Amino acid sequence: MRTVTINPVTRLEGHGKISIFLNDQGNVENAYFQVPELRGFEKFCEGRPVEEMPDITSRICGVCPEAHHIASTKALDAVFHVEPPPAAKKLRELLYSAFFVADHTTHFYVLAGPDFVMGSTAPKAERNILSVISKVGLEVGGSVIKHRSDALQAIAMIGGKRVHPSCGVPGGVSKPITEQERAKIEAIAESEVEFAKFTMKLFDDIVLKNKDYVSLITSEMYATETYYMGTVDDQNRVNFYDGKIRIVDPDGREFAKYPPSDYQQHIAEHVEPWTYLKYPYLKKVGWKGLVGGRSSGVYRATPLARLNVAEGMATPIAQAEYKRMYDTLGRKPIHSTLATHWARLVELIYAAERMLELSRDPEITTQNVRTIPKATPDEGVGAVEAPRGTLIHHYKTDEKGFVKSVNLIVGTTNNHAAISMSIKQAAEGLIKKGEVSDGILNMVEMAFRAYDPCYACATHTLPGQMPLNVQIYKHDGTLLHNLRRP
Amino acid sequence: MPKPKMAFNWASSCGGCEIAIFELGTKLVDVSKKVDIVFWPAIFDYKYSDLEAMPDKSIDVTFFNGAIQNSENEHMARLLREKSKLLVAFGACAHSGGIPALANTTTRDQIFTSSYKDTPTTDNPEKVLPQTRVQVKEGELTIPEFYNTVKTLDQTVDVDYYVPGCPPVGEQVSKVIDQFVAGDLPPKGSVLGASQKSLCHECKRTKTNRKISKIVRTFQTIPDPEKCMLEQGIICMGPATRGGCGAVCLDANMPCRGCYGPLPNVVDQGGKMLSALASIFDAESEEDIQKLADSVPDPIGTFYRFSLARSLMRRTKQ
Amino acid sequence: MVIGLSTRFEPKIVGFLCRWCAYTGADLAGTSRIKYPPNVTPIRVNCSGRVDPTFVLKALASGADGVLIAGCHPGDCHYTSGNVKTIRRFKLLQRMLNQFGVEKERVRLEWVSASEGERYARIVESMTKEIRSLGPLEWKTKVEA
Repeated sequence: MRTVTINPVTRLEGHGKISIFLNDQGNVENAYFQVPELRGFEKFCEGRPVEEMPDITSRICGVCPEAHHIASTKALDAVFHVEPPPAAKKLRELLYSAFFVADHTTHFYVLAGPDFVMGSTAPKAERNILSVISKVGLEVGGSVIKHRSDALQAIAMIGGKRVHPSCGVPGGVSKPITEQERAKIEAIAESEVEFAKFTMKLFDDIVLKNKDYVSLITSEMYATETYYMGTVDDQNRVNFYDGKIRIVDPDGREFAKYPPSDYQQHIAEHVEPWTYLKYPYLKKVGWKGLVGGRSSGVYRATPLARLNVAEGMATPIAQAEYKRMYDTLGRKPIHSTLATHWARLVELIYAAERMLELSRDPEITTQNVRTIPKATPDEGVGAVEAPRGTLIHHYKTDEKGFVKSVNLIVGTTNNHAAISMSIKQAAEGLIKKGEVSDGILNMVEMAFRAYDPCYACATHTLPGQMPLNVQIYKHDGTLLHNLRRP
Repeated sequence: MPKPKMAFNWASSCGGCEIAIFELGTKLVDVSKKVDIVFWPAIFDYKYSDLEAMPDKSIDVTFFNGAIQNSENEHMARLLREKSKLLVAFGACAHSGGIPALANTTTRDQIFTSSYKDTPTTDNPEKVLPQTRVQVKEGELTIPEFYNTVKTLDQTVDVDYYVPGCPPVGEQVSKVIDQFVAGDLPPKGSVLGASQKSLCHECKRTKTNRKISKIVRTFQTIPDPEKCMLEQGIICMGPATRGGCGAVCLDANMPCRGCYGPLPNVVDQGGKMLSALASIFDAESEEDIQKLADSVPDPIGTFYRFSLARSLMRRTKQ
Repeated sequence: MVIGLSTRFEPKIVGFLCRWCAYTGADLAGTSRIKYPPNVTPIRVNCSGRVDPTFVLKALASGADGVLIAGCHPGDCHYTSGNVKTIRRFKLLQRMLNQFGVEKERVRLEWVSASEGERYARIVESMTKEIRSLGPLEWKTKVEA
């Protein structure tokens, strides 16, 4: 069988490899998405003082450090049984909203944008942000860069650093903000709201008004029916910082809704030998393989998933865009993977509006932003919505607060099965009769790019290599040998 | 006159160093007009096969971030060393191991056992494990081999320059890129984008009498934002860490954790910090000294947070 | 005629000895013709307080099986309190060595006065014996594995 390999996958965060097997007719027999990287956070954090975890786990990802930092900080609140003052929660959420603005902007323009602005089969050398800037012009390009940078500046005012900010402590944040800082953040947020609207308009003009892209978005090839997961507030509106985790089935009916501390009742992780990344699935449905549908436990946790599980957005402009998306695509839940790009922009608008709201909150400059814990630390779960999916940090400590064990379910990890399925589907749809080109392979990659994967995040941990399991199949699929080394 | 060629690669890393390059902002557009970026998986679609096809030494400078933790990382380090005139260890991971090097406090086997027995959500009754070669119905799949000990870039290949930091801060990155574009470089082996002095010189806090009589963990107190952290009993890596970052963590009222790595001529950052901290113990009797020493939480994980690979001992015993 | 060489493991111990007390004490052991194992390689330092923890780590990482730090008895330091500084660094170093997995017996801090030749010899004897039973450290091989 002929193998076509895409190595490495590009314009995402992290390492990945796609192996496509073509049969004798030159059509796709199977496509495997493999994650080749691994670092071991869940093990090497053992023995560390638990209060260092927000700083250490921040390094799971440099594109979304705030997601880990805040999830970790919330886990510390739980471990130490301490309640942060309201201003601290708002500061955390303000930092978090600014982070979503920066991250979603980066993904849209830098990672995914080239596929739409330059064209999905444009020459390889042109599919990048620098060519995008040449095409859209330096004014627009400069604006993209400035808005990203401003969002990071807002983050640094709260957390010290622009990348890997450090302000999370159990019971609050490390410092309050001054009125001067608040005013600056407010000004930035106002500009971000306008920019988010501009980005949505750009998407409308370049993508939604282009018949070819629209048919790509709504095509069977890029659609998968799965369960969806996201965090919602008490009115079932999308919330990135806090709330209950809600799951809906492929028809949109609520399947489960639970506080993050109950996550073990709902999520289990399956293992395959060709990838370092595990496949989370819904325990109550079961693992049926890399397939979709109601009887398979595969679920997605992405911007599209979050909008699918929610009943609306908590801010006005985002809400209007939310409604427009569902009205336009005519159904809920939306299963079209490429529509995730659209959902991401709805979230971008919400993040910017929420950033503005919080920057105007009278409590945001309160000086009391920290409660010192009194209880003995033991165990806790902290969860947030990372841009790429629901993120859970679960820590157990000894009575002195040294980490005994760590479990992390990370944004992109949630989507490992779905990404693999999307890639296979796209490959099957695009590669016929052995015709493979750089453009076609890029369109296969577009199937994962919609998820905005972050494999540094996903592969925080190492499954290891000891027991060996080798299955050898004949060309007709019969199992020849099944070898195990315990 | 052909434009100089520049490349970026990531090994065992988090992507933060890519974001650090993006901190150049619009300058990146200017730079891209002066150089040809020929490989950068985060941003460009060039694949490994494109890199392999390039002649040796055809890339003028490669910025390599991430530690060497698996066989793919090592392969890329060697490949890029062949293809590049200058190879720069960019960021804490490539420079000194970074956070991934904390895996040197454990082993591949232990990580594996923990992940498959202990994580509460893993459902793996048949104990299936990732393999470097797997036969599936359609053919063979391979993934890199995971190494037991994380290495720095210069423990793997010859390195020309170092840019420390987790990640290197924007203003420093900007200066460094300028240096390379202009070809204005100090001797081989130099550390760029950082100060020659310790962080304490940049930190705005007042230092009066640095003595510690009681170690305080960061969750136990709200630090006075004006005073030196060490004087308040909070362990801060400042004295043993290279400056250059502007001490911004201290501005956020958090202590330094050493991400810019060791000072010039220091081989072992953790050993130096241990020495510095012990030297300011405010205790005379052996008993009092013992008490203070016992209260330091996690010496290895604190003193070598970002530099365990670039240390004398390099890992804990297996 | 080839005399059979002993295949018994001979620990390599690096000794940092302060010039005012411990080194002089070691000298005295020599001039007194006291018999004791030759396993310590002495390095003279002006004060035990001169011993940077990094010296110990370097010795171990470079192949030493043990390190001895010897100085003046508390109260007798030629520089008044140099040896107190030694205790401070040593106690913290011990904690870190424990985390690294280096057995406690391999790195010792002892007080030896200029007149304690016999004491020095006995310290070296007991340390050599203890480390011999622990076996070689061979730290480099632990890193490469």
